[in-house]
Amino acid sequence: MLRRLTLILIPYLWLLALFLVPFLIVVKISLSDVALARPPYMPQLDLAAGLSGLKDFFSQLDLENFWFLTSDDLYWKAYLSSLKIAAFSTLITLLVGFPISYAMASARSEWRPTLMMLVILPFWTSFLIRVYSWMGILSQNGLLNSFLLWTGLIHEPLTILNTPTAVYIGIVYTYLPFMILPIYATLEKLDISLLEAAEDLGCSRLTAFWLVTVPLSKPGIIAGCFLVFIPALGEFVIPSLLGGSRTLMIGKVLWEEFFNNRDWPVASAVAVVLLLILIIPIILFQRNEQKNREAGQ
Amino acid sequence: MRRMSSFNLVSLTLGLAFLYLPMLILVIYSFNASKLVTVWAGFSTHWYGELFRDQAFLDAAMVTLKVGVISSTLATILGTMAAWILVRTGRFLGRTLFSGMIYAPLVMPDVITGLALLLLFIGIGLDRGILTIVLAHTTFAMCYVSVVVSSRLSSFDRSLEEAALDLGCTPWQSFRLVTLPIIAPAVISGWLLAFTLSLDDLVIASFTAGPSSTTLPMKIFSAVRLGVSPEINALSTLMIGIVALGVVIFSIISKRAAVRQQMEEQAAVRT
Repeated sequence: MLRRLTLILIPYLWLLALFLVPFLIVVKISLSDVALARPPYMPQLDLAAGLSGLKDFFSQLDLENFWFLTSDDLYWKAYLSSLKIAAFSTLITLLVGFPISYAMASARSEWRPTLMMLVILPFWTSFLIRVYSWMGILSQNGLLNSFLLWTGLIHEPLTILNTPTAVYIGIVYTYLPFMILPIYATLEKLDISLLEAAEDLGCSRLTAFWLVTVPLSKPGIIAGCFLVFIPALGEFVIPSLLGGSRTLMIGKVLWEEFFNNRDWPVASAVAVVLLLILIIPIILFQRNEQKNREAGQ
Repeated sequence: MRRMSSFNLVSLTLGLAFLYLPMLILVIYSFNASKLVTVWAGFSTHWYGELFRDQAFLDAAMVTLKVGVISSTLATILGTMAAWILVRTGRFLGRTLFSGMIYAPLVMPDVITGLALLLLFIGIGLDRGILTIVLAHTTFAMCYVSVVVSSRLSSFDRSLEEAALDLGCTPWQSFRLVTLPIIAPAVISGWLLAFTLSLDDLVIASFTAGPSSTTLPMKIFSAVRLGVSPEINALSTLMIGIVALGVVIFSIISKRAAVRQQMEEQAAVRT
C-alpha cells in the first residue's frame, strides 16, 4: 500500500510542481502590476505576513492587464489573425492530406508500412530545420522564384518569404503528417464492400466517395483537423522565420512582449487569454477521441 | 480499400515529393561551394569544415546532447510510472487531475509552457542553466512517454503478471521479469521520442536556458533569423543524416526482434 502510494506520488508531485503550479503563477502575474524591480511585477505574495499579507496580496490584484489587451488593437488583431491563419491552414492541410491518405489506404498492403514510415520520418527530423528549409526556397532570389522565372510563368520574382503565404506553406508542410495519419487510420479500416454496394445501387464513383467514404472517415478528419489547428494557433517558430514583421501571430507577440518589452504581466495576460481560446477546441478534441474509443470497443 | 488509380499514384508522388524535396534541397546545397544559396559553384565540403571549427556550435551540441540524454531518461522513468498509474491503479483521489496533467502538455503551446516554467524558476530563485532545461524537458516529454507506454500496457495480457505473483514473485519482481520485457519496445520508443523532442525544442529551451547554456536549436535559430546560412545547411544535413540512420537501424532491430519473438512463440506452441 505504501509502495503504491509512493509510486503515485512521485509523478504526481512532479507534474503538480512543474506543470500546475507554473500556470497558477502565470495567472497570478497576469493580475499583477508592472514594477521596476526584479522580478518586474507587483505585488508578491508575502507569506511571512500571514493572513493580512494574503489579504493585501489579493486586494492588489486586478484585471488591468486584460483591459490593456482590449485597449491596444495589436493584441486582438494578433488573436484574430492567429485564428484565421490556423483555420485556413488546417483547411489547406486537409485538402492536401486527404488525397495522400486515400492513396496510402488504396495501396497494396505490403506497401503500406513503408508508406507510413515515409510519412512519419519527417516528423523525427528537427522541426526547426524543416521550417528553415523553406527560407532558401521561398526567398526573393530563392529556388522557387528562379524556377518560375526559368519556365517563363512569371517575369518578376514573387515576394513570398515574409508574407502570410509563407506561413501557410510552413504550417501545411510541418503539420501534414498529423493530418495524414489519423485519416489514413480510418480509411484503412473502411470496408470496400460498402463502396461496391453503393456502386451496385447506381452511385457513380464520385457520389459513392462523397456519400460513403467521406462520412465514414469523419472521425479521422476531425482528429486530424484538431491536431493541426491547436498547435498552429500558438505557433512561434513558423511566423518568426517565414512570416516576417507583417505577419501577426499571438505566439510571436507573447515572445516579443516577454523578451523585448520585458512586460511580464502583459505577457502572462496574453498567455491566459490564449489558453482560454484553446480550451474550447481541446475539450471538443478530447470528446471526439473518447467517442472514437467507445465506438472502437 | 484496394483501388490504385493513376489519380492515387499522382497524389502519392506529389505528396511525398512535397515532404522530401525541401530537405533534399537543403542537403544538396550544403555541399555548395558558394556562400549564396541560389548559385551553384561546384561541390565542396568547405562548410562542414567551418562548422567543426566553430567552437560555439560544438559547445551548443554538447549542451543539447547532455540535456537530451538526461531529460529523456528521467522522462522515460517518470512517464512509465505515470502510464502504470493511468492503466493499472484504480480510482484514487485526484485521478482526473492527474490524467488532465498528463494530456494537457501534449496540446499546450510551447510559448505558454516556457513562460510558465520560467516564471516558476525565477519565483523559487533557481539559477537558469542546464538543470532548468532538463526539468522543463522532462516535464513535457514524460507526458508523451506515458501516452506511448500506456497504450502498450493496456493491450497486454494481465494474467501473465498474476501468474508471476501467484508463483511467488514480489510486485517489483513481476514488473521487472514479466511486465518490463513485454512493454520494452514501447519504453524504448518512448525514450527515443523524448530524446528527439528534447533535441528539437527551441521555444521552451529559450525561456528556461541561462546565458551559458545555449542549446543547438537556439544557436540555429539565432543564426538563421537573418537569412540562409551555409553552415546551418551543413549542420542540418548532419542532423537529417543521423535521424535517417537511427530510424533505419531501429526499424531493422525491431523487425528482427518481432521475427525472433514469433519463432519463439511457435517453438513454445510446438513443445
